[in-house]
Amino acid sequence: MRLPRRVAFALLAFAAALLLLPLGGDRFWIQFAGKAMISCIFAVSLDLLVGYGGMVSLAHAAFFGLAGYLLAGLSNGLGISSFVLTLPLCLLGATAAALAIGWLSLRTSGAYFVMVTLAFTEMLFHVFNEAPGLGGSDGVFVSARPFAGRTAPYYAIWIALVAVFVLLQRAVQAPFGRVLVGIRLNEPRMRSLGYATRRYKLLAFVLGGAIAGLSGYLDAALYGFVNPAQLGWRQSGLVLVTVLLGGKGTLYGPMLGALLLAVLGQFAERITEYWSALIGSVAIAAVLFVPAGLAGLLRGSRG
Amino acid sequence: MTLSLFALQILNGVESGLLLFLVASGLTLIFGVLGVLNFAHGAFYMLGAYVAYWISERTGSFLAAVLIGLPVMVGLGWLIEKLAISRLYARDHLAQVLLTYGLVLVLNDLSRALFGSEVHGVATPAALSGTVALGEAQTWPVYRAFTSLACLGVAVAIRQVLLHTRFGMRVRAGAVNGEMVEALGIDVRRLLSILFAAGAGLAALAGMLAAPLTTVYPGIGDGVLIVSFVVVVIGGIGSVKGAFLGAMLVGLADTFGKVLLPGLSGAIVYAVMAAVLLFRPRGLFGEPAEAR
Amino acid sequence: MSAPTLSRRALIAAGGAASGLLLSRRAFAASKAKLRIGLLLPYSGTYAALGNNITEGMKLAAREHDGKLGGREIEWVAVDDESDPAKAPANVNKLVIGEKVDVLTGPVHSGVAMAMMQIVRQENTLTIVTNAGAQAVTGSLCAPHVFRTSFSNWQTSHPCADVVLKDGRKKAVLMFWNYSFGQESMAAFKEGYAKGGGSIVKEIPVPFPSTEFQAHLSEIAALKPDAVFVFFAGAGAAKFVKDYAAAGLRDKVPLYGSGFLTEGVLSAQGQAAEGVKTTLHYADSLDNPTNHRFREAFKKATSREADVYAVAGYDTVNVLAQALARVQGDTSARKDLIAAIESVRVDSPRGPFRFSKAHNPVQNVYLRQVKAGREVVLGVAQKDAEDPASGCAMAT
Repeated sequence: MRLPRRVAFALLAFAAALLLLPLGGDRFWIQFAGKAMISCIFAVSLDLLVGYGGMVSLAHAAFFGLAGYLLAGLSNGLGISSFVLTLPLCLLGATAAALAIGWLSLRTSGAYFVMVTLAFTEMLFHVFNEAPGLGGSDGVFVSARPFAGRTAPYYAIWIALVAVFVLLQRAVQAPFGRVLVGIRLNEPRMRSLGYATRRYKLLAFVLGGAIAGLSGYLDAALYGFVNPAQLGWRQSGLVLVTVLLGGKGTLYGPMLGALLLAVLGQFAERITEYWSALIGSVAIAAVLFVPAGLAGLLRGSRG
Repeated sequence: MTLSLFALQILNGVESGLLLFLVASGLTLIFGVLGVLNFAHGAFYMLGAYVAYWISERTGSFLAAVLIGLPVMVGLGWLIEKLAISRLYARDHLAQVLLTYGLVLVLNDLSRALFGSEVHGVATPAALSGTVALGEAQTWPVYRAFTSLACLGVAVAIRQVLLHTRFGMRVRAGAVNGEMVEALGIDVRRLLSILFAAGAGLAALAGMLAAPLTTVYPGIGDGVLIVSFVVVVIGGIGSVKGAFLGAMLVGLADTFGKVLLPGLSGAIVYAVMAAVLLFRPRGLFGEPAEAR
Repeated sequence: MSAPTLSRRALIAAGGAASGLLLSRRAFAASKAKLRIGLLLPYSGTYAALGNNITEGMKLAAREHDGKLGGREIEWVAVDDESDPAKAPANVNKLVIGEKVDVLTGPVHSGVAMAMMQIVRQENTLTIVTNAGAQAVTGSLCAPHVFRTSFSNWQTSHPCADVVLKDGRKKAVLMFWNYSFGQESMAAFKEGYAKGGGSIVKEIPVPFPSTEFQAHLSEIAALKPDAVFVFFAGAGAAKFVKDYAAAGLRDKVPLYGSGFLTEGVLSAQGQAAEGVKTTLHYADSLDNPTNHRFREAFKKATSREADVYAVAGYDTVNVLAQALARVQGDTSARKDLIAAIESVRVDSPRGPFRFSKAHNPVQNVYLRQVKAGREVVLGVAQKDAEDPASGCAMAT
């Protein structure tokens, strides 16, 4: 599962372009790129679960939103806003939530698993949407952000994206990743070989959830705003579309998917006011005709 | 809470549960027999509501809306099964979730394009617009009594079909073991098409009945869908009996949650589901065999 | 082996970077260039009718000025905010940073307004709030370049407390959509009500934009209060009033609310709204020449009846017309422009109003009641009501 040379080269070029963007780019596009990179991190983390682990989780958005809300709570409630303190704390929170939700959800399997993860994300959505003192449906502003100015958050995101990608590449090439794939392909067989399959799945779930939390933290740091809608099933569904569209099980595929959807979202509103239908059609077409996603297309076209 | 208020809230809870049952029954059968995770089920609910609005606006008759709209929706369900759902039978859960999710996005925008994005009200039929006095303080809208009775009637009809017809027998067999049904030489493809269309029709009927109660706008199906999934999971995938019990449980939990714990009412339903699954990972009446 | 080729993704990235550079070098507009007015309004969802009416009110006033303000032709740039606070930062950024509008107007939803305020304060964008009543806009978040031509939540709810008390009703139940607007309305009402000796029996929050009221209405019937004070608006308000009557409560427990309960939805509510009393800074039947002229022109242009939302849009453009005339259309002369707006005396269909130090309208609040399907003005609930503007540095 090593990266093909062409892909590695393209990724490096891409990373370099993003690194240089703040030097000359328009503010609007810098923010756009920052948001796109966050979506890449989010999507890549889900690929670990879905593409490698075979776990279709609809709870992923919950970790994204939870980390953001933790940042808001730390900043507004306790006055803590330095990234040295908030980053580890928010990651810890997301990890703990992933552990709890993962442990409970992995007691079920198959379609029940999908439903339970859906239920957990909706539960969290309703808590943040309705419980008093949590900001309600209007959301909450982060009063003091961990990264000051305009370029600091951008570079923090850039570093995070590079680090996450490298980390996950290592993880899937290591024995851990291979066992995970084995579990996805044939779990009973892996169990008979002596592997504690639930533990591997839980580890993947928690790792993915923690990284999702990282992307949520960065999103809250970039925009200074968290909202219950970030926790709902629609967000989870959208990132799942991203993973499939880009090509699951490749890590760089979902990044392609995230970029495509970001660009689509930006320009689709000028093409048509029914851009939701556009994304839906793209999802349907992807499932029916291009199940291997963009990554699959690119591989095939160079065949 | 006084006894009469308690009783009234039970009535409210049962009423919302009955509507929920209509949606969930179709979903659990589609899930159980067809093995398809259908996120588009809520879209049928929404389209049913829109059709009811559109036809009753033009004809002034809610009855006409139901009588014309229902066959239309069943036909639409049939069409969607033939074009899209049938391709999912061999696919994994991810493909099913994503294709039906995509379908929801398309259908939501389609209703926006056809009917506009404003919120539409549907008038309750004049004959059913009164209120029924229950004790000295409380009244209950006649229309809600009507929908409750209608849903109960449908529930009884479903039971009859499932238990006393050949079609029902095949459906029940298919819910337990689809391959066996096929091996017995039954035309499974037709069975699945009819079942899906019937499920869509049930969801649409629920949407039509609920339209005067909830108003009609793009996306009303989404909330119903999620809660229906909860009902199906609580009751056990493939079990209509479970769907009924689950719907009652959810309807009551939701109603009482709203009144007793206003800040957490939305989360209660999911907490109930998590609790059920912790003790019975297959739901209350779910098949012990390997879940699809 | 073939040479490594550029992946499509790298090409897109390069293209994006290039166009980004081009956009930043676009020459900035000279003062006689078009006046870009941003509209951050809902054109879908439960508040769509409000967004449409505000827009139509603005366009009506624009036509009365031949489409020019301060000698500059108007260019409308609209974004559908869907009344969704979650999407607000992206939508506001689109208008302020992407489209670089000269004036930002809107929104309807107070949650969207809060998100908007964070960004426009940072970007120093000239902003006129055309509906959202969140206190903070002319309170803790007030700013010299932010004005409001509509109302504050306090203005439309606080006076109602006296109305309910004067009707001899001392025990009330509150029911409201549970976001900032609803919460602030209830807080304002409670303040006035408690001062006058009234007590709140129960507060019933409903998640926005849910319209499932049945369980709560049963609760209210069992509680048997003297009065019910609510906040709902748009389609939700239409449904609530109908459900209230369907639950048999209309004749048993009098219903009160801020005027949004009936604005724009009276015809949809029909008989169900009969007798409902509301307080608002406007009423359809206000008897002044500006109102008559405005309503007639609006009806002619849109075949709809004007409402309080259209009035705010209408007044906004008139304010801009007066102020921009004084600075010859130069939006970069910020200090002079702000001073000009501050000194404007608006001849509005609601009656004349001026801006307070916190830039909120100082206006009359009327008591209205629905009689025979029409909104009848019973009198002035509070004359020259001025929002307390707590937390605003400009108001001290």
